[in-house]
Amino acid sequence: MAALLLSPTLLVLALVIVYPLISAVHQSLYRTESGLDANGFVAEGESFVGLANYVDLFVGDSGERFLNAFSNTTFFTVTTVLLETVLGLALALAMNRAFRGRAFLRASILVPWAVPTAVSGLLWRWIFQSDGIANTLIGSEILWTAEGVASKVAVIVAEVWKTAPFIGLLVLAGMQVIPEEVYEAARIDGAGWWRQLAYITLPLVKPTLLVAVLFRMLDALRMFDLPFVLIGPGKESVETLSMLAWDESNQLRYGSASAFAVVLFLYVAAVAIVFVKVLGADVTGAKHLRLARKANRIQKAEATR
Amino acid sequence: MRQRRPSWQTVITTSTALVLAAATLTACGGAAPASKPSVNAAASFEGKGPINYVSSRDASGAAQKSIDEWNATHPDELVTFIELPDSADQQRQQLIQNAQIKSDTFGVLNLDVVWTSEFAANKWILPLPGDKLSVDKMIPATVGAATYRDTLYGAPYYTDGALFYYRTDLLAAAGVAAPPKTWDEMKSACKAVLALPEAAGMSCYAGQFDKNEGLTVNFTEAVASAGGTVVDAEGKPTVDTAEAKAGLSTLVDGFKDGLFPSDAITYQEEQGRRAFQDGKVVFLRNWPFLYSSLSATDGSSQVAGKFNVASIPGTSGQGVSTLGGRSLAVSPFTANKATALEFITFFTSQEQALKRLALSSRAPVYAALYEDPAVVAKRPFFPALLQSVNNAQPRPKVVQYGATTKAIQEEAYAALTGKKDTDTALADMQAKLTELAAK
Repeated sequence: MAALLLSPTLLVLALVIVYPLISAVHQSLYRTESGLDANGFVAEGESFVGLANYVDLFVGDSGERFLNAFSNTTFFTVTTVLLETVLGLALALAMNRAFRGRAFLRASILVPWAVPTAVSGLLWRWIFQSDGIANTLIGSEILWTAEGVASKVAVIVAEVWKTAPFIGLLVLAGMQVIPEEVYEAARIDGAGWWRQLAYITLPLVKPTLLVAVLFRMLDALRMFDLPFVLIGPGKESVETLSMLAWDESNQLRYGSASAFAVVLFLYVAAVAIVFVKVLGADVTGAKHLRLARKANRIQKAEATR
Repeated sequence: MRQRRPSWQTVITTSTALVLAAATLTACGGAAPASKPSVNAAASFEGKGPINYVSSRDASGAAQKSIDEWNATHPDELVTFIELPDSADQQRQQLIQNAQIKSDTFGVLNLDVVWTSEFAANKWILPLPGDKLSVDKMIPATVGAATYRDTLYGAPYYTDGALFYYRTDLLAAAGVAAPPKTWDEMKSACKAVLALPEAAGMSCYAGQFDKNEGLTVNFTEAVASAGGTVVDAEGKPTVDTAEAKAGLSTLVDGFKDGLFPSDAITYQEEQGRRAFQDGKVVFLRNWPFLYSSLSATDGSSQVAGKFNVASIPGTSGQGVSTLGGRSLAVSPFTANKATALEFITFFTSQEQALKRLALSSRAPVYAALYEDPAVVAKRPFFPALLQSVNNAQPRPKVVQYGATTKAIQEEAYAALTGKKDTDTALADMQAKLTELAAK
């Protein structure tokens, strides 16, 4: 019965996730014939090349590009998620206090998250252009949108600005379910603000925080539109794996584009699994349920005794 | 039973994570349609009926007016305007995807001149009978840009060429009588102008040097203006020549000698416009579309009435512009090819081009229209543009244009930023382009 009730969901999932996945893997094993015939027409057809598209990821020029994109993607994910988590926590702590205008602050913090990424990319492009606000404030002429370290910094700043509110709001939700009594008890025992943070807030908010961080990591690993709009396509300093896959498919090399996408998928999946297994992020709430059931059983057992 | 539960939950947890991850894949691996179509290039244009015209946006409404006029007299062969996204990359992608599934939705295609070779070589557009279109009255360079291997594939619709914007007030103050025709003349003109107190803090020249299509354009122009080519008529790359080196060196030295503002490496068309408009540079290479915003008298432009246009300078005499613009082509997959051909003949006729000029500032492909006094009165830059377009060369005509322009940008950018010296950059570019041409 359960299977029957679930079947529409499974069908939709199969259609929108399993099929593209298999089709991408299939596509990644083929390569479009290139080369012109005597009249200048493109030879037609595709040939099966096995794992050649994958091998090409690691050798020669395309290998260099791939490794560069891979390290950029990883670098951006680590730095942005780290900064976002710290900033998001701080935002949540600020919003969790009772003060006038709290509702207004919460709403306004959501604004960066609500702005479409491409639009925020344009916004930051204006800020970071050579005669923009950023340079005027610093009083120097840094070419943020040219190749180099500055462009990486620009992407990180814009990304953190945009997504810290997401972590902030999720963590805030986690904080609000912490009972006030716990803090009262801590205060009676003489715990200061830092101790309350370290021994009550953080441990109790950890499940929510882990889920938020996991979501952000998966999102950051496929970063595309922000560096694309802010710095521009084809700039090595900020080229991510998604941008590389886009570029390949734009050149009509669907085989290698699919290979890039499959590798990115495996990378994202590996990160997700490690995160769930090692850190125990409770994505579906399954652990929560289990704990609740356990508590229930203990209660019942005590009642029957 | 209790034993199984945790394992099931782990499965659910893990698979949720996988589903999230898979969503990333569908987001970026989605554009992978199946194999290429096989096309029998139809020599004859048969079939009449309604067709769709797919094009980039036309804010002026001039194209729609031409279509309305056609529709009024052809009630059984109605033409519908389908608008594509603003980004040229996205337009190309949609056009290609439709061609790959042999969709008959797109009948007449509005193609950027640089796509001609790719679309023709893949048989995504039909060869056109040149005698039916009035190609003999059109500017030869525009017809050349719509031609692949001596066969006409597109009906030139509008064109575009580089203009050399210069500050008349500063040149007059410095005693420079005429706008510079060569790069050296420009340098000496700059020396005189920048010595003026009112030119304090200005730089000499700016083009488009950000890693972008603009850089390909500026590099190609520099090479062509030095007498070289990027690829020859057979599509073989020729950037290992002395002329190509001279061309790239003018740009590299421009940055080294402080001729260009140091932030010009981030300039696309828009940043260059602002630099010129705010009085940061004396000379600017850009497209004609700036003319109206630069001459705005509402206070937004500091240079209104103080500038003029000429053709870009070269090494010895007038420089060689690259050609922009669009042409119309017929899809082999539409059922109504006769209508499509008749429509593009009508749409690209001189009569319609003149009518569209009332609304649109897009440069026509008919030389005669540039000499019409009524037209010139309204668009004073037309004589300079005609001179530019008459002497223009297309950008590299290669099937793999996307990869080619990328390789050019990569290496030219490395040379401009000093990451590579000119010789290494050009040798690497030659190697990359040779590999692409062999494919």
